[in-house]
Amino acid sequence: MNMLASYLTLAAVLFCIGLYGALTKRNAIIVLLSIELMLNAVNLNLVAFSKYGVQPSLTGQIFSLFTMAIAAAEAAVGVAILVAIYRARVTVNVDEFDELRR
Amino acid sequence: MSSFAEYAWLVPVLPAAAFAILTAMGRSAGRAGAWIGTLLTLASLVLSLLIAGQRLSGTAEEYSNYYNWIQAGNLSLSIGFEVTNMTSMMLVVVTLVSFLVNLYSLGYMKDDERISTFFAYVALFSASMLGLVLSYNLLTMYIFCELVGVCSFLLIGFWFRKPEAKAAAKKAFIVTRIGDLGLLIALFLLFWYMPDHALDFTSIHNVFGTQTGAISMGITTLIAILIFLGAVGKSGQFPLHVWLPDAMEGPTPISALIHAATMVAAGVFLVARTFPIFLASPAAMDTVAIVGAFTAIFAATIGLAQNDIKRVLAYSTVSQLGYMMLALGVGSISGAMFHLFTHAFFKALLFLGAGSVIHSVHTQDIREMGGLGRKMKITAWTFGIGSLALSGIPPFAGFWSKDAILASALEHNPIYFVVGIVAAFFTALYMARLFFLVFVGKPRGETTNAHESPAVMTIPLLVLALLAIVAGFVQTPFSGWFGEWITGDAEGGHESGLVMVLSAAVGLLGIYIGWLIYAKGTLRRDIVSARMPGLVKLLERKYYIDELYHYVIVKPLNGLGYLLEAFDNYVVDGVVRLAGQSVSAVGRLNSRLQSGQVQGYVLTAIVGLVILAVAIAGRRFW
Repeated sequence: MNMLASYLTLAAVLFCIGLYGALTKRNAIIVLLSIELMLNAVNLNLVAFSKYGVQPSLTGQIFSLFTMAIAAAEAAVGVAILVAIYRARVTVNVDEFDELRR
Repeated sequence: MSSFAEYAWLVPVLPAAAFAILTAMGRSAGRAGAWIGTLLTLASLVLSLLIAGQRLSGTAEEYSNYYNWIQAGNLSLSIGFEVTNMTSMMLVVVTLVSFLVNLYSLGYMKDDERISTFFAYVALFSASMLGLVLSYNLLTMYIFCELVGVCSFLLIGFWFRKPEAKAAAKKAFIVTRIGDLGLLIALFLLFWYMPDHALDFTSIHNVFGTQTGAISMGITTLIAILIFLGAVGKSGQFPLHVWLPDAMEGPTPISALIHAATMVAAGVFLVARTFPIFLASPAAMDTVAIVGAFTAIFAATIGLAQNDIKRVLAYSTVSQLGYMMLALGVGSISGAMFHLFTHAFFKALLFLGAGSVIHSVHTQDIREMGGLGRKMKITAWTFGIGSLALSGIPPFAGFWSKDAILASALEHNPIYFVVGIVAAFFTALYMARLFFLVFVGKPRGETTNAHESPAVMTIPLLVLALLAIVAGFVQTPFSGWFGEWITGDAEGGHESGLVMVLSAAVGLLGIYIGWLIYAKGTLRRDIVSARMPGLVKLLERKYYIDELYHYVIVKPLNGLGYLLEAFDNYVVDGVVRLAGQSVSAVGRLNSRLQSGQVQGYVLTAIVGLVILAVAIAGRRFW
């Protein structure tokens, strides 16, 4: 059994779950979590390729560390924005964030 | 010694300067502005008299001066002025009448708050007419013709708060425009066919007078007819006469100016100036004569049945202009210019007299007047002199000039002569009717307050009355020096006593019948209307020409206008609206997508991405 294929399958499943959550959930925090899920699916891909790829190297793993750092920063900024929105609108419901329309 | 003719350009420039000054000063000028206009016109009258005096004494050569206006390649257009015997005579007539009208208007327009505007327009009117008279080529003449048309529009519509005045002004402008179009086309044709594209009158005279065959007969006739069309429009000949009587809506001094010296004389002068073209084409000459003769009798019969004092005079102008055209048509340029000369004086006199009456009784309906002779002695006497002159009673001016025309008509074709004599009878009859109804008999309307007009209005009347008596003696059958002076060759001086006797006799007969009907009452007034009510109605309604034009030209044009408007509204605008609305419909549809929901946007982006991916993958395997 090809290990790479199963990792990639898992990563694809995770990504799809994350995408589904990001597109459908109304709670902004859940949306943020789903985005994290998608990022991690990508990380999984990177690590899988660095181990079982055609030319295995550490580059993929280093890359995934970068991604995690950026994901942490992104989560911090995202949650900060959410807090700010919550203070202004008293809701974290994504449906009601339609300022782009106006 | 330098000749005054060198300064002839000042004659139109002085009134033009008056116009500029008055326009610059605006309404604040008031009565001072009126005096500026009058004095500058007086100055140009003096200059015209000096020029004419020098020409009369025979010490001055014909003088012309021009400069190139437009030079493009080998095409050049020039403007300039020319002083001949004929133009110097016209200068005197125009400036004199214009000055007297100015003087008269000082009294007549005294209480009008736009008096300075009025004098500005009058000055521009005189300036354009003088420019037309002095024109050295047909191009400048055309330009001034248009200017005269604009000024008449402004002045006829001077009381623009009256809807009739507005309508009359528009009518005058549009109807004369038809004629001007003919003149413009004639100008183009001449420009095309003349050697070297010359448009000046000397070249026209040379080409058509001596080098016959340079331009083919058909073209010559066409050009002549088109020029005549311009003259028909300006001089109110049938069938474009309709504007002239309506022009009565303007202030009365303007009627005098239009009818005596400026607008209507322009047409006759135009034909006289381009006469070599007409001489080269017998067909054109016949057209001129026929139109002239027909207009003369046609308008005279209408004049019989009008009840507005100014309209009667207006139709008499149309009729007298018909005489002038008849004279031109039978080749008597001196007769036409002579009649123009005398007519200018007695018609100005009649209009100013009518103005004096209107000023006094505030109505224009002769049925409401009567017995004014006792209250307005000067007006009555001068009006009487004008009527006698117009009726062609010796020794007044109109007799001699009408006699000259009738004599040359008789030489040419007896039919024209008969028409002229009959028209002369009608002329005498309607003038007698007018005079007796207005000045003789018992007052019929609210005329108790009638009073003589102030001196500033009666002095022009007296001057013109004097001229109406003596102006005819410049050319009698016994001495034809006026015609010789005008045309350069002795053609007048007929010996036919028959014509003199006949024309005087029909004039006297007309007045006698008028006296019997309207003053003495021997003949009943309804002697005609009782037997032929249809005929009288036909005359009262001016042969239904206006109605005919209304139904044949105005209505279909209006209909076409409505049709085009509907086409514009529904088809053109419809296409435009469709384009706009379809764009905005697409926009509305797309704005549904712009929900502002981030998740929706992301979904769209992903769908797009998937489509792209499928497309790329599909292409690889295709």
